[in-house]
Amino acid sequence: MDFSIQPAERAQSLNALAQQAVERALAAGACDAEAVAFAGEEFAVHVRMGQVEQLTESGSRAVGLRVFFESPDGQRTASTSTSDLSEDGLKRLIDGAVGLARVTGADPFAGLPERELLAQPSAKAIDDLCLYFDDVDAIPAQERIEIARRCEAAALAHDTRIQNSVGADFDASTAHRVMVNSRGFRGEYRRSYCGFSVTPIAQDASGAMQRDYWYSSARTARLLDSPESVGRKAAERALRRLGARRVPTQKCPVVYAPEVARSLMGNLLSAADGDSIYRNASMFAGKLGEQVGGENITMVDDGTMVFEHSLGGDKLFGGQQGSVRVGGFGTSPYDGDGLPTRRTVVIERGILKQLMLNTYTGRKLNMASTGKASRGLAGAPGIGGGNYFLEPGTLTPEQIIADIPQGLYVLSTMGFGVNLVNGDYSLGVSGLWIDGGELAYPVEEITIAGNLKDMFRNVTAIGNDLEFRGSGAVPTVRIDGMTVAGS
Amino acid sequence: MAAAPHTPAPEVLDHKRWFFSHLGLTERLFERCLGEALSAGGDFADLYFEAVTSTSLGIDEGILKTAAQGISVGCGIRVLSGERTGFAYTDDLSPERLLKAARTAALIASGPQTQRVEGFREAHTPQLYPIAGFSSDAELSTKIALIERADKAARAFDPRITQVRAGLNDELRRILIAASDGTYAADTQPLARFNVFVIAKDSQNTARGTSGGGGRVTLDFFDGDKSPEHFAREAARTAILQLGAVAAPAGEMEVVLGPGWPGVLLHEAVGHGLEADFNRKKTSAFSGLIGQQVASSKVTVVDNGTIAGRRGSLNVDDEGNATQETVLIENGILRGYLSDKLSSKLMGMPNTGSGRRESYQAIPMPRMTNTYMLNGEDDPGDIIKSVKRGLYAVNFGGGQVDITNGKFVFSASEAYLIEDGKVTAPVKGATLVGNGPEALKHVSMVGNDLALDEGIGTCGKAGQSVPVGVGMPTIKLDRMTVGGTGH
Repeated sequence: MDFSIQPAERAQSLNALAQQAVERALAAGACDAEAVAFAGEEFAVHVRMGQVEQLTESGSRAVGLRVFFESPDGQRTASTSTSDLSEDGLKRLIDGAVGLARVTGADPFAGLPERELLAQPSAKAIDDLCLYFDDVDAIPAQERIEIARRCEAAALAHDTRIQNSVGADFDASTAHRVMVNSRGFRGEYRRSYCGFSVTPIAQDASGAMQRDYWYSSARTARLLDSPESVGRKAAERALRRLGARRVPTQKCPVVYAPEVARSLMGNLLSAADGDSIYRNASMFAGKLGEQVGGENITMVDDGTMVFEHSLGGDKLFGGQQGSVRVGGFGTSPYDGDGLPTRRTVVIERGILKQLMLNTYTGRKLNMASTGKASRGLAGAPGIGGGNYFLEPGTLTPEQIIADIPQGLYVLSTMGFGVNLVNGDYSLGVSGLWIDGGELAYPVEEITIAGNLKDMFRNVTAIGNDLEFRGSGAVPTVRIDGMTVAGS
Repeated sequence: MAAAPHTPAPEVLDHKRWFFSHLGLTERLFERCLGEALSAGGDFADLYFEAVTSTSLGIDEGILKTAAQGISVGCGIRVLSGERTGFAYTDDLSPERLLKAARTAALIASGPQTQRVEGFREAHTPQLYPIAGFSSDAELSTKIALIERADKAARAFDPRITQVRAGLNDELRRILIAASDGTYAADTQPLARFNVFVIAKDSQNTARGTSGGGGRVTLDFFDGDKSPEHFAREAARTAILQLGAVAAPAGEMEVVLGPGWPGVLLHEAVGHGLEADFNRKKTSAFSGLIGQQVASSKVTVVDNGTIAGRRGSLNVDDEGNATQETVLIENGILRGYLSDKLSSKLMGMPNTGSGRRESYQAIPMPRMTNTYMLNGEDDPGDIIKSVKRGLYAVNFGGGQVDITNGKFVFSASEAYLIEDGKVTAPVKGATLVGNGPEALKHVSMVGNDLALDEGIGTCGKAGQSVPVGVGMPTIKLDRMTVGGTGH
């Protein structure tokens, strides 16, 4: 494929672009079509040792198209995407998709969702999700740089053992997303994001270095934490890793801090992903309605969450009062197929109750979609949740640790040794050793291993410390029966 | 770079000409943009034009379900001022937008213009890979035939193979770099990758198997040894093998790594730690170790971007410099770092042509190309025979490293026990964990069977992904921690 490019006509709105792509695909013979159009603005600054190292400011737009053609055994489908929004670019987008659809095979399960299932997102309903705050754009560049500087400075000032830093970042972005399909769906919304982070390096007398990070992120600048509090916390996290040693190979209780418990328990949702279920490529295949974890496990995916956050506390902007309604990082008005998002109890008291399904995988399993389609620019929708959480328990993290004579408190994991097909689990970790119910010393260069099917049945304690810092939230979790491998 | 005038080879002209004829760009416009970029006093500026067309075809459950094409075009403009980088990009290549991006990037500096734009000097680049892309209709049917062959071969391998997905992704990336120091280079980079994923199932177990490969090649590459049948059989063989695998051992033991892809050990254990940016900032566990022993004297490791057709190879890097072979470790002694323009200037070290970037939307940084260990003198059979009790790992999933403390992990996807000098039972996936500056000191034997991987590697750093290669002969490490659950 070769092409030439004329300057893009910027005047064309995203909405009109998407609409036009769908109409032209239908005119070219498609029985159905769906287009998405994205526009984004990004700002990023990286500060290191007080100096600005990188400053990026830019915007981009792109459009993606899916087309469907009727054939006796089902529909044939193909997709294209482009960042070239000129007339020539759109022509290539449509011709390319139509041309490719000719060579694909008929699939009886392919096709847009049934018309009556599609969301009808009103402007009011979208506003009520509180996904966009224009104050993200309003902070002047100099102030953004200053936030990153203050955050790093606080980390560097925290302790004499911190003399170096990987740097601090401040990022702000806004995105405008449009989706249109030939069955009457039209959706459009904006999202905002801002956040900053720092990664200081601590060094001990032996010269050994350790780094760690901390961050604050939000949809509105009003909810950002104070840069100083984030810097200090990052410093403490780096310092507590100094002097890390290895421990002998053994079986012992393992406690996951919330930051790592999130990905561990997130595996419950990944294993309930309709795509791997219908392929028998998940340890949960054929297990719907069955016990897949302990009775203390209830896991929810909810794409509709709106939080009421207090403006008090140690914030970037002091002196604020009251609260603000903000949509979760995983909240959206419709899923990648155009269906309404929803709350889905995937695991209830250890029983696999519902699956993470988009339209296609729902049809494959002869079930209704649970509204979990994720749609990027290119290709068919995949599966992606909204916000997710594990129902908290009643114990404080301190109580969970106090109950363990010898064990491991995991602070970070490394590697990709999680196999959702058979449940095999083996990761590199660092953390703190628990001795006599107390956090005793840092450990590293060790692994933890087990099988997820057993681990989910052996969750022996769940903390009460549920806090949404991203789209997913899981409290402190204790698991028994795992193997720690070390010296 | 040599300033001597020369007549560029015809293909050099061709790489550039495409940008003039298809995008309407001119050298005059490059000069204007660079002038604008330096207008606030920067030391250096460069323009990076990129146009990528990519195609993805996939067969799944015997149906050609996936057919997607994407086009991405844009320009990234960078200004360096001391250690500071200003950056902006645009997907609209009109002169107005390019000049605006140049002014945005220029904001990193503040002052009068001090540098002028030097006359462009065309680099004489090698031709390490074919120029032709493969996206015509005829080639589309050839590609479909290839993936259909893989589907058939995987299913025929064993009745226990229940799911097969096979796909071919290819892209053609055109780049043009024009810089204020006179650097002027362009390249046309093909990249293809064949993928097979299977699920095997028997009455007790389910297992997955994956395989793939390719490089900067044309389709005829897949007519040779690396045929669709080869990749299909490999994926199916690994899945069937895993059905009968026993638990991996846990703890410290002797480990033998097979030739080829296990070279990912080098990528994680030493490669990242030797990227110049980390060492300039003294954030790497390898900082200040040049000239010191970091591996056993049997170990020599190079990074080489000039091997014809390899996935990690490049005629020029993303800053317009020729790639080269760089010795990283020679007989166990750390010799050098991988550097880009900024690092080489600030550190007073040679530029190794290692400046790479994911796309026009990202800032270049020092990256690996193809990283491998040179042959030793040991016979691979003797290496196995020398092990009393240990692990023989021949294939791996991903790896990860914390470059500050040097700790790395990588996950074995095909491994066996070694008992009394013989390879015995296959074991389940296990994570191997080690410390970068120490791990290679335990290399006691190096085989004479150097192999490069099949062309599947993608390396992530600071959110940017680039294709890379790795390689290694069979080696024995006297001590490494294996993270299984068995004994």
